[in-house]
Amino acid sequence: MKDDSRFFFIPTLLTAMIVILAGCAAPVATQAPIELKVAPTEVPAPTEAPTATEVCKPVTLNVFTAASLMEAFKEMAPLYQESEPCTELAFNFAGSQKLSQQLRDGAPADVFASASGKNMVDVITAGLISDAGSQIFARNGLAVVVCPTSKFKIEEVRDLAQPGIKLVVAAKEVPVGDYTNQFLEKAADDPTLGQTFVDAVKANEVSFEADVKSVLAKVDICEGDAGIVYKSDAFTDKTEGIKSFLIPEALNILAKYPIAMIKASANAELAQKFIDFVLSDQGQQILEDNGFLKAK
Amino acid sequence: MTAFNYEPIEPGGHQHEKRNGQDPENLLGESTGTASERWTQRLWWLAALPMLVFFILPILSLFSYSSIGELLKSLGDPEVHRAIGVSLRTTFFSLLLIILFGTPLAYLLGRHRFPLHRVADALVSLPTVLPPSTAGIALLLALGRQSAIGGFLADIGLPLSFTAGAVVLAQVFIAAPYFITAAALGFASVDNELIQAAHLDGANSWQAFQYIVFPISKIALISGAVLSWSRALGEFGATIIFAGNFPGRTQTMPMAIYLGFENNLTNAVTLSIILILISFTALLAIKTLISRDLRN
Repeated sequence: MKDDSRFFFIPTLLTAMIVILAGCAAPVATQAPIELKVAPTEVPAPTEAPTATEVCKPVTLNVFTAASLMEAFKEMAPLYQESEPCTELAFNFAGSQKLSQQLRDGAPADVFASASGKNMVDVITAGLISDAGSQIFARNGLAVVVCPTSKFKIEEVRDLAQPGIKLVVAAKEVPVGDYTNQFLEKAADDPTLGQTFVDAVKANEVSFEADVKSVLAKVDICEGDAGIVYKSDAFTDKTEGIKSFLIPEALNILAKYPIAMIKASANAELAQKFIDFVLSDQGQQILEDNGFLKAK
Repeated sequence: MTAFNYEPIEPGGHQHEKRNGQDPENLLGESTGTASERWTQRLWWLAALPMLVFFILPILSLFSYSSIGELLKSLGDPEVHRAIGVSLRTTFFSLLLIILFGTPLAYLLGRHRFPLHRVADALVSLPTVLPPSTAGIALLLALGRQSAIGGFLADIGLPLSFTAGAVVLAQVFIAAPYFITAAALGFASVDNELIQAAHLDGANSWQAFQYIVFPISKIALISGAVLSWSRALGEFGATIIFAGNFPGRTQTMPMAIYLGFENNLTNAVTLSIILILISFTALLAIKTLISRDLRN
C-alpha cells in the first residue's frame, strides 16, 4: 500500500469521534490515577510599597491523595495558593492502596493523604513517613447512590437485597471496598437484616472497581442500579437525578483519614504548611462543605 | 549481508538468492565477509544492545522474582485459576467472532477498491491507536444500559453490562484490527492474474477463494489470528471500564494482575509470567511461519 495520503483520515476521523463522544458523554468514569496540576494564582502587585511582590521560584508539592478527596482538595488548592503563592500543588488521585504501593515503589511525593489507616500504616512500616507521624484530618462514612432511572425502588439499606439489582462496589483492596465489607459484617449481626440479607446483597454485586470514583461513575450513567460509596461522594455528586441515602449510623463505619509528610520530601517546610492548612479551620470547613466530617 | 530474516517480498516469491553459488551467511546470520564488514556488523550489534537489554531485563526480573516452587503454588490459588479461566474463555470467543466477522471485511479491504476505501481502512485501524480507556468509554456509551442497543438487550433479558459478553466485545473491539489488517494484506498479496486464470478455467468466486486466495493468504490469516488473540489476552483498559471487574466472570488475567499486585505480588507475577510465555510463544510461532512461508 503505497498511498500515504490516506493518513489524513486518521487524525480527521479521530477528531470527529472525540467531538461526537464529548458531545454525547454523560459524566463518565474517571480513570485512576488522576493527575491535577493547579497553577499558582497571580499575586497582583500592590500599588503601595513594593513589599509584596517577591520573585520566587515556584515549588511543586506532590500530594498523593485518596480519590474521595478530589473535590475537597481541588477546592482547597486555590485558597491555599493565596497564602502560598510560590507553591504549585500537583495532586495524584487514586485508590489509597494504589498510592501506598506507588510510594513504597519509590514514587516521589511530599504529602500522603489516605482514606484508610491501613494504607498509611503500610507506608509508615516501610519507613517512608516523617518522624512527626500521621494525623487524622477528616472522617467519612458510607452512603448508597442510586441510579436516576433504575426500575428498582432503592431507598433504604434493606432494598439492596432485592433480587436482580446491579450493585457496584469497590474491590476489597480499596479502602471503601474494605469499609463496605465491614458494613456488611455489621449487617449480618443485625437482627433485622442478618446473614440472608448479606448473602442477597453479595449476590447483587456485579463489579469490584479499583477506586470509589469508578463506582460512582458507573452508577451515574446507570450501568449499575446502585453503588456503595462515601458520604462525601454522594454529597458532591452533581449528576442530574442521582439519588442517595446514608447508611444508618448503627451499621455505618467511621473512616478516619490520616495525612502525613513523606520523610524524603525535598520541601519539608512547605509540605508541613499544606498539612497545617488542611487541619486549619479553613481547610476543615472545606472538607465539611464537601460532605466529610471534621477531624474532631 | 543482513543478520535477520527480513527479506523484501519479490514477485514470484523467490527470495534469499545465493551469491556466487555460496550462501554467505554463517549460523548466526552474520556475514562472514571481509574484516571491515564484520566490524560494521559488530558496531550494529553494539548499537542495538541497549534496546535489546531494555526488553529483556524486565522480563528476566519477573522470572527471577520468586522460586519456581512459590510460583507453582500460586497456580493453585483459586483467584489465579479463575482469572486464567475467564481469559481463556473470553479470548476464545473473541477470536471466533474476530475471524468470522473480520474475514469478510478484510477481504473487502484487501481486494476491492471502493469509494471511501481509505476511510474504512483508517476506521478499522482506529482501535489500535485509541487509548484503551477511550475505547472502554465509547463502548459503554454505545452498548451500555443507557444506550438504545444496550437498553433493548437488557429489556429482552440479555444484558451486556458486567457480563463476560461485554469482555468479549471489548476484546473484539481492541484486537480485531490486528487480524483484519494482516488478513487484508494477505488477501491483497494474491496475484490478480491467478484469480483471473481460475475464472478462465471455469471457477466461480467461492471456488477461486477456496483454492487460490485462501491457500496463498493462509499464513497471513493465521499470523493475524494469533496476533489478535495475544492482544485480546492482554486487553485491560477497555475491559475494566466496559465490563467491570468480577472474579470468575469478568476478571481477566491482566485485571487480576492490576488489582491484585499490591496484596499478592506472587499471584500477580505468576499471571504475568503465564501471559509472557503465551505471548512470546505465539509471536515466535508467527515469525517461524512467516519466514518458512517466505522461503518457499
